[in-house]
Amino acid sequence: MSTTVTVPSGSGSGASPATGSAPQPQREIVRHWATPITFAVLTVISLLVFALGASGESATFRISTEADAVQIPDIVVPTVAAGWTITVLLAALTVWGLLAVRRRGTVPGWGSAVFAVLFVAGFLVWVVGAANTTTVFLTGLIAGAFVLAVPLIFGSMAGVLSERAGVVNIAIEGQLLAGAFTAAVTGSVTGSVWAGLLAAVVAGALVSALLAVFSIRYLVNQVIVGVVLNVLVAGLTSFLFSTLLSSDSSRFNSPPHFSSIRIPVLADIPVIGPIFFDQTVLGYGMYLIVAALYVGLFHTRWGLRVRAVGEHPKAADTVGINVLRTRYVNVLLAGAIAGMGGAFFTLVNSSSFSKEMTAGQGFIALAAVIFGRWNPIGAFFAALLFGFATNMQFVLAILGTPVPSQFMAMLPYLVTILVVAGLVGRSRGPAAAGTPYVKE
Amino acid sequence: MKLELRGITKKFGAFTANDSIDLTVESGQVHSLLGENGAGKSTLMNVLFGLYEPTAGEILVDGTPVRFSGPGEAMAAGIGMVHQHFMLIPVFTVAENVALGDEHTRAGGILDLETTRRRIREISDRFGFHVDPDALVEDLPVGVQQRVEIIKALVRDARVLILVEPTAVLTPQETDELLDIIRQLRDSGTAVVFISHKLREVKAISTQITVLRRGRVVGTADPGADQSELAALMVGRDVVLNREKSAPTLGEETFTVSNLTVLSPAGVRLVDDVSFGIRQGEVLAVAGVQGNGQTELAEAIMGLHKAQGSIRLDGEELLGRTTRQVIRAGVGYVPEDRSTDGLVGPFTVAENLVLNRYDRPPAGNGLQLDPKAIRRLAEKRVQEFDIRTQGVDLPVGTLSGGNQQKVVMARELVDDLKLFIASQPTRGVDVGSIEFLHERIIRERDSGTPVMIISTELDEVLDLADRIAVMYHGRIIGIVPGDTSRDDLGLMMAGIDPAASPQDTTPKGATA
Repeated sequence: MSTTVTVPSGSGSGASPATGSAPQPQREIVRHWATPITFAVLTVISLLVFALGASGESATFRISTEADAVQIPDIVVPTVAAGWTITVLLAALTVWGLLAVRRRGTVPGWGSAVFAVLFVAGFLVWVVGAANTTTVFLTGLIAGAFVLAVPLIFGSMAGVLSERAGVVNIAIEGQLLAGAFTAAVTGSVTGSVWAGLLAAVVAGALVSALLAVFSIRYLVNQVIVGVVLNVLVAGLTSFLFSTLLSSDSSRFNSPPHFSSIRIPVLADIPVIGPIFFDQTVLGYGMYLIVAALYVGLFHTRWGLRVRAVGEHPKAADTVGINVLRTRYVNVLLAGAIAGMGGAFFTLVNSSSFSKEMTAGQGFIALAAVIFGRWNPIGAFFAALLFGFATNMQFVLAILGTPVPSQFMAMLPYLVTILVVAGLVGRSRGPAAAGTPYVKE
Repeated sequence: MKLELRGITKKFGAFTANDSIDLTVESGQVHSLLGENGAGKSTLMNVLFGLYEPTAGEILVDGTPVRFSGPGEAMAAGIGMVHQHFMLIPVFTVAENVALGDEHTRAGGILDLETTRRRIREISDRFGFHVDPDALVEDLPVGVQQRVEIIKALVRDARVLILVEPTAVLTPQETDELLDIIRQLRDSGTAVVFISHKLREVKAISTQITVLRRGRVVGTADPGADQSELAALMVGRDVVLNREKSAPTLGEETFTVSNLTVLSPAGVRLVDDVSFGIRQGEVLAVAGVQGNGQTELAEAIMGLHKAQGSIRLDGEELLGRTTRQVIRAGVGYVPEDRSTDGLVGPFTVAENLVLNRYDRPPAGNGLQLDPKAIRRLAEKRVQEFDIRTQGVDLPVGTLSGGNQQKVVMARELVDDLKLFIASQPTRGVDVGSIEFLHERIIRERDSGTPVMIISTELDEVLDLADRIAVMYHGRIIGIVPGDTSRDDLGLMMAGIDPAASPQDTTPKGATA
């Protein structure tokens, strides 16, 4: 879905081979129409559903609870007016997007972000207005999104780290599940959350170790090893769940939980207080890991070497970097991070382990890696978006919306497909990801 | 510093790539290693650089034996290497590439690229490199990328610099600049090992020449030696360097390309509005530095690349047809890389010989193959093209480069060709086979076929061409007669049309 037109960019004259500054080859603008077309389709949906299909009631968004120190009044939005306003804004963005593609070939990334936020807002107003209960607790919706995004963020960090070193990590799902399982069992048996967390980290790293050995040492196709590992972990944990864990669930499957650590004062700030400053250890650790990975990958010697190994392992080898060791270390580290994310399921979020409780989150995390363009910060926000979609599905199911619940359950996956296919555009991952390195 | 190799032997299984080789290089010297492809030059350098472990022999630095378990140790000992395929990371900046593996850091492992940038500027100023430390490597022309490689070695205080086939991707002008840089390095006390199969450059730069053949040192020479003498040493027998070919008998212009444009996925004009024609009985050679659109031009003609414009053969439009239809229209095509595009390695010689007509008689009928007929056909071709193989049932991958290339040629040079295209017809082929292949190409021309040769080797272009089209950044800079001087062709390969601006080539004071 791209067309081209001639726009000479280099001056074309003044060739000066003596300095090697040859004229740039003529470049044509390659137009990627996918994004504005996605915009247009969504705008039409907005017109038909949010504007014309508005219920006529008002949607109420509550921000403060009675217990909060600072009270912020509820936001009451008339659905019809909001639907039309948002549709007009989306249409304007679509036109702008079309012009941007005409002029320079692509839509800037922030344009897609603004569009996505507007569309989500439009959807929220419409769906809340049409629900049985026309009031929703906005802060809870957002805070819930952060909570649900935690395993996604851990998973996507594992993906970023592993792929930056040149090993495709399809096994995130398995690493999460292994982490969740061992955290539950170890936590229950020892009665210590910390032991559970440690066990989860080890379990994630063990799954990674298999991935590393098969893909780095034995050069098995990385995607296939990843898929097989997912199936292996799912089968193994399901088997142990139905035999061992079900036999004595109070002994094996009733793990202790991390409690929230509320940071005084900061946690009282409306909206962001409960999101950022009322978290479990895992929640705080997550922010630390995202920041550490970002700084580490792009501003340290370690990161430069990791990225070199993922882009051009042979070049890294010729300057004395141990390619295989770098890959092993990063894949193991990635597994440990994913294992930590797995512990979130059983040590924070649910009371106990249940069969295949990760439910495809590892794959969504993989999508977040791509949407975030292999950048920890980008993947963090991508995972948040997916978390938000998941939470919306839960919240709206409670409100009783006109949309069948089965469709609502599809929401996170729908968002994933739309985002990866329509909004991301062409993105370039590490060049050597998926290719084993063999010395001649 | 003095670097010595003593009796280096490297075996891969039963195959001996290097057989007790001695080599010495001292500061202020340029020691050239001359040899054909497959003579063992690269193996030797990989041994020296710690990439291969030698089977026997030792390496001495300033008289002390050393052992390198990897490139890192070789670099620490002051040995730097500029590989034939640059070891640069395209998405990194120059500074990041130079820093990699030898980074300066602040507390906590935080990168300090400022020191690296300063070193790059220092070296760049000293040798006149004009390299911007913050440029992305993928945006730089190959000549500049090569300088980045040299900087990489110099930043690490290399006192021995090994250059492997450094001129393969350069224009003649860039080559001259590189030779100047090497002289500067030599004068500043660096020991240089220059590895090449190009006689002219080796003669121009060396203080000493060692000739390798089939993994052995077959002789040493000084740079004053005669070119044909060196060639004979390299090949192992007398070689005719410049053979006269007969004048062409020109017929009609049956093949024309007009306004052909090919775009890359990112929108770069790989082939930019190219027009030319080839007459029957004529060889048009497309010259140019690798990567200036020649490959894409050939692939567009063969229907392997989407393109705009027009390609007509005998009045029929070829553009928009599938590759199979183009072949059926009577086009023979030798792709530039025989191992990936020309042959199926594990298939037998016989099977490879019918890859372009397995579905028509006598080889088969679209439903089934006729192995007996294929065998007969293959045996005939093997004899005709003097393909040295133990039998037509052997996997083609086991043949030598020259014989593999003969298989491709034998398959493509069928009867009733309307057009013959050969891309890099003799790349990586021994001199003996080169003579044979060139003779076959001229014979095809003389039978009245329009022939298009794409080559980055100026020698080959001058040997074969009746006319020469020079490509630069996707455009044809000019089409000139086959006896155009090397200098003029060199300028054209750098994008300058000497016919258009003759003043550029004359010295300024000439008119006074």
